[in-house]
Amino acid sequence: MKLRFLAAVLAAGVSFSFGPASAAELEVTHWWTSGGEAAAVAELAKAFDATGNKWVDGAIAGSGGTARPIMVSRITGGDPMGATQFNHGRQAEELVQSGLMRDLTDIATKEGWKDIVKPSSLLDSCTIDGKIYCAPVNIHSWQWLWLSNAAFKTAGVDVPKNWDEFVAAAPALEKAGIVPLAVGGQPWQSAGAFDVLMVAIAGKDVFNKVFGDKDAETAAGPEITKVFKAADDARKMAKGSNVQDWNQATNLVITGKAGGQIMGDWAQGEFQLAGQKAGTDYTCLPGLGVNEIISTGGDAFYFPLLKDEEKSKAQEVLASTLLNPTTQVAFNLKKGSLPVRGDVDLAAANDCMKKGLEILAKGNVIQGTDQLLSADSQKQKEDLFSEFFANASMTPEDAQKRFVDIIASAD
Amino acid sequence: MTGQANAGRPNQLLRNLNSKIASIPMILTAVVIFFGGTLWTVFYSFTNSKLLPRLSFVGFDQYERLWAAPRWVISIQNLAVYGIFSLIFSLVIGFVLAALMDQKIRFENTFRTIFLYPFALSFIVTGLVWQWILNPEFGVQSVVRSLGWTSFSFDPLYNSDIVIYGILIAALWQGTGLVMCLMLAGLRGIDEDIWKAARVDGIPMWKTYLLIIIPMMRPVFITTLVIIASGIVRVYDLVVAQTSGGPGIASEVPAKYVYDYMFQAQNLGQGFAASTMMLITVAIIIVPWAYLEFGGRKRG
Amino acid sequence: MADTTALNARLAPGPQGKKPRPILAPRNIMLYGALIFAAVYYLLPLYVMVVTSLKGMPEIRLGNIFSPPVEITFEPWVKAWSTACTGLNCDGLSRGFWNSVRITIPSTIVSIAIASINGYALANWRFKGADLFFTILIVGAFIPYQVMIYPIVIVLRELGLYGSLTGLIIVHTIFGMPILTLLFRNYFASLPEELFKAARIDGAGFWMIYFKIMLPMALPIFVVAMILQITGIWNDFLFGVVFTRPEYYPMTVQLNNIVNSVQGVKEYNVNMAATILTGAVPLIVYFISGRLFVRGIAAGAVKG
Repeated sequence: MKLRFLAAVLAAGVSFSFGPASAAELEVTHWWTSGGEAAAVAELAKAFDATGNKWVDGAIAGSGGTARPIMVSRITGGDPMGATQFNHGRQAEELVQSGLMRDLTDIATKEGWKDIVKPSSLLDSCTIDGKIYCAPVNIHSWQWLWLSNAAFKTAGVDVPKNWDEFVAAAPALEKAGIVPLAVGGQPWQSAGAFDVLMVAIAGKDVFNKVFGDKDAETAAGPEITKVFKAADDARKMAKGSNVQDWNQATNLVITGKAGGQIMGDWAQGEFQLAGQKAGTDYTCLPGLGVNEIISTGGDAFYFPLLKDEEKSKAQEVLASTLLNPTTQVAFNLKKGSLPVRGDVDLAAANDCMKKGLEILAKGNVIQGTDQLLSADSQKQKEDLFSEFFANASMTPEDAQKRFVDIIASAD
Repeated sequence: MTGQANAGRPNQLLRNLNSKIASIPMILTAVVIFFGGTLWTVFYSFTNSKLLPRLSFVGFDQYERLWAAPRWVISIQNLAVYGIFSLIFSLVIGFVLAALMDQKIRFENTFRTIFLYPFALSFIVTGLVWQWILNPEFGVQSVVRSLGWTSFSFDPLYNSDIVIYGILIAALWQGTGLVMCLMLAGLRGIDEDIWKAARVDGIPMWKTYLLIIIPMMRPVFITTLVIIASGIVRVYDLVVAQTSGGPGIASEVPAKYVYDYMFQAQNLGQGFAASTMMLITVAIIIVPWAYLEFGGRKRG
Repeated sequence: MADTTALNARLAPGPQGKKPRPILAPRNIMLYGALIFAAVYYLLPLYVMVVTSLKGMPEIRLGNIFSPPVEITFEPWVKAWSTACTGLNCDGLSRGFWNSVRITIPSTIVSIAIASINGYALANWRFKGADLFFTILIVGAFIPYQVMIYPIVIVLRELGLYGSLTGLIIVHTIFGMPILTLLFRNYFASLPEELFKAARIDGAGFWMIYFKIMLPMALPIFVVAMILQITGIWNDFLFGVVFTRPEYYPMTVQLNNIVNSVQGVKEYNVNMAATILTGAVPLIVYFISGRLFVRGIAAGAVKG
């Protein structure tokens, strides 16, 4: 309650200092277009509108391929929006270097972002040459295994507590006509699953060596060979998924047609929508139940440099609104992600989210691959793993060789 | 064109002045956008531009990487298979339908609209519908199985070996209507008298089509060919909607490689290199042909 | 489906031209048999779409995509048109409808006007160098659109047209030009040359011949060009969002957002309804413009 009060004061303070003086319309582009996402954005808009400004929504569905060329064209074409979503990480680097984006350092220092944003790596990803260019809004983690309790009941085995038990239970599931592991056809899903397996099986240090230091030797080493063995198991278990979208794959788990799915915490929203309860209907295993470590990727907003002074002021208001504790809570509860500041109260969170918060509090975190690797290297990885998962004739050894090549040339 | 002025026929310059003025938009488009844009693209394919174009040259690195990428090689193979079949089937189906439509039939409007309507639907949705119809769990396969033929198997979109044909089915459904329309317009442009003459001479209908009408429709066929072929080279949305290139990378196509690397991977240099390769291939085939076709004789 | 056919039959302009032969002649049975067979293949996916759009989600999940709806519901249609959300704006496709009209009409007219004059100039008033430009144009038809985005952004920015409706119309004109110009050039080239020569002897000039002789004879090809452009521009998504700002976003942006939204359950019925609604305008145009096809070229009449 104290926190809530504090939050209210803070919010009031913000609207006092900027609000009435600079009422402006600000166009915000993002790719959060469906159900829970839109509800989450509505929270941001509501908070921003409350400052006396106006949020003009420019939503475009379909993240990378669809929305990005639009955002980049608008900014380089000289007709920028007021603010735009990007995955934080390395995506907007060049726009910043070309001087097209706005420096938020002043407002960040004024509001002490350095002290409140947890983990600090989030703010580091926004920082280029010592200046802060984006406002992080949430944390999404990849390292989750979602299991359907019903599927295991049908197969007559206990719900596994870790990856190995899951692999061992696969034949029983198959016998019952259940696909053990649901993996959608979109390339990023298989690539993501591999990264998750790597953290779980080879551990944090190896993960950081390979993706952080781009150490090709480690990538060629025995630890990673083990990971590829596990990926080989995974692709055998995934045979017969026959779906494209990740949420269709999640739906297989929800309906008990598949045993489990390796997917980020955004899958949580699907279970919630289907009215399922963590623990009784489904089970979540962070770090695949092996290594309880989560990655801290997420979304951030960037602010193009504008000529209009009023709008520039409104940008500041928006940036501070995004990190405001009340907004953070309201937004992240709807989005199913974790807040970027450690000092807010998430009492309403469910079991799985709480597990995530605990791990976060313990500091068992790694950076997301989006932060560590360039989009280019990520794409090459996606090409490799989508082929690996679909093509049974590609051996784990061959795949590892190609993986080493990618890491060796990664930036 | 400056040569024109010195041609010693001032009359001609004057006569063509209107034509030249009328062609200014075309000349600008050809020179500034297509030629200029292409040069720009080729130029930047030798750089390591990432999100934004920038001038740091890396020689042929992008091209080496391109041809070392299994995905690119598969894309090219797919395009070849898809292209050949798509070209043949579109032309044959389109022409046969148009010939049938040209028999003074009843309900011509209705039939034309039926054949043409798929063209009104965007590729995104065409892909979605066909993804559905071809889905083994609730599409054709499940219906046939539920009729008692339980061993029936038809899952082109989930079988790497035949996935490209699954895409072909949808593409033909979407595009043949337009081909039919073009052919029909061509047939309508043919003089009634020619038919009469053929009939008087007792030439059978199929022979009239094959030996008289089709050669007369050559310009229409060329237009159609260019429309189909350019559609083939640029095929992108349909693949994304139906398979996103899967299973694995089995149904990848070059345009998708270009787009993915330009915008998802934020590696403009690589995307430009891929599109330059596409353009060079097209140019090698098209330019000599186009020059013969459009430049050689006075009229098509 | 039966309804559509009946409707179409009513809209169709009675028997045209010469009276058809008796309907039951063996030749006719073959002819109509083939046409109807083809029609069924083309209609099947439409049937699936319509049927799906009339089902509720629980029924869709049950499976068979070919079975008719047990309980007909128009909710997906209402939702697609007026309540489906694009981010925070929950007014469905209706939001972008007028924008699409505003973009499509001028773009179609401008692009066809320019291309038809180009084609006419190339076919009848050739000048030195024209072939070179035309060849470049044709090769341009093979360039993937996406590659040209950045160069065009730069050009439009320099012209000060970036983000405006005019800019978008120019872009549509540019990308429609190769195919349309080819279409008109080849069509005009296939018209009897005597026509043109006769007009020249009568002293008619460039524009006079174009408006008085060529234009009236080119109806079917104008219809084809219109079909191409209206469909292309109406269904365009990429240019509409890359080169304009949100107040001009066309309907396809909402369609994209409805169809491509990845979270939550995929609402196939709304997707299908949205598709049919988006396709409705080109469809209506096809149907109405159809009669122009039949009018065709009474070559003899003009020659006389």
